[in-house]
Amino acid sequence: MSLLLGGLFGIGLVLAGMTDPAYIRGFLDVTGEWRPELAFVMASALVISSLFFQLIQPRMVKPLFAEGFSMPTASQIDGRLIGGAFLFGMGWAVSGYCPGPGIASLAYLEPKVFGFVAAMLVGFKLADWLAPVR
Amino acid sequence: MLQVVIGGVMIGLASALLMATNGRIAGISSIVHRAFFFRGEESWTIWFVLGLMLGPAVMLLIGWVSPPTVDIGWGSIILGGVLVGMGTKIGSGCTSGHGVCGMGRFSARSVVAVVVFMSVGVMTVLLMRLGGVL
Repeated sequence: MSLLLGGLFGIGLVLAGMTDPAYIRGFLDVTGEWRPELAFVMASALVISSLFFQLIQPRMVKPLFAEGFSMPTASQIDGRLIGGAFLFGMGWAVSGYCPGPGIASLAYLEPKVFGFVAAMLVGFKLADWLAPVR
Repeated sequence: MLQVVIGGVMIGLASALLMATNGRIAGISSIVHRAFFFRGEESWTIWFVLGLMLGPAVMLLIGWVSPPTVDIGWGSIILGGVLVGMGTKIGSGCTSGHGVCGMGRFSARSVVAVVVFMSVGVMTVLLMRLGGVL
């Protein structure tokens, strides 16, 4: 099931144009040749996820194939959230990739994508080292 | 444009179905972290990551799409990758976990994260343009 859903997610990313780093930079480049289409990717994904999380999930007792729903519990807007999002925004703009498209693009067998994913894994470890959760 | 919206709908659908079947948030940064640094728990993350690569791979094999050219330099790819890894780990999510799932749950934390990483992304591309890197 997870394999199929990963596949659906990956095909969605490709169709949406998310696996083209030039396209991502074009979306963020509001003062240059802005390509606003990518806003519709998040908007259309959000319509589906909102319908599900607001209308369908509250009526479900438990997931179909698991014991319970595992939901994030943090509610505090703190320095970690803002600082992390800040670093991620910079990295997204500099590389043209976020994590999903980075992994999906491994299928293109482009050496730079392997470099991105390796660097991202190093970044995960650096975060644990430099900013451990107390 | 239609293709972009269809891609977004597929991303939203995959996220909704992962929660409905497995009870888990489709946050790719966290899924990738758990799959690559596997500790015997949450083995579904490995299948999801495989699917994320296989979906686009099948599209390539049947000639549906061709790989985009990556004309972003190695330095930007590596620096951006490290920042994406650190930022998503510290900020607990990326475009999928905060953008699609978190905002779909109407989480204030996720709305703040998305506003921060989008605006920082736009500012970073602007600074790169002003600095002559773009």
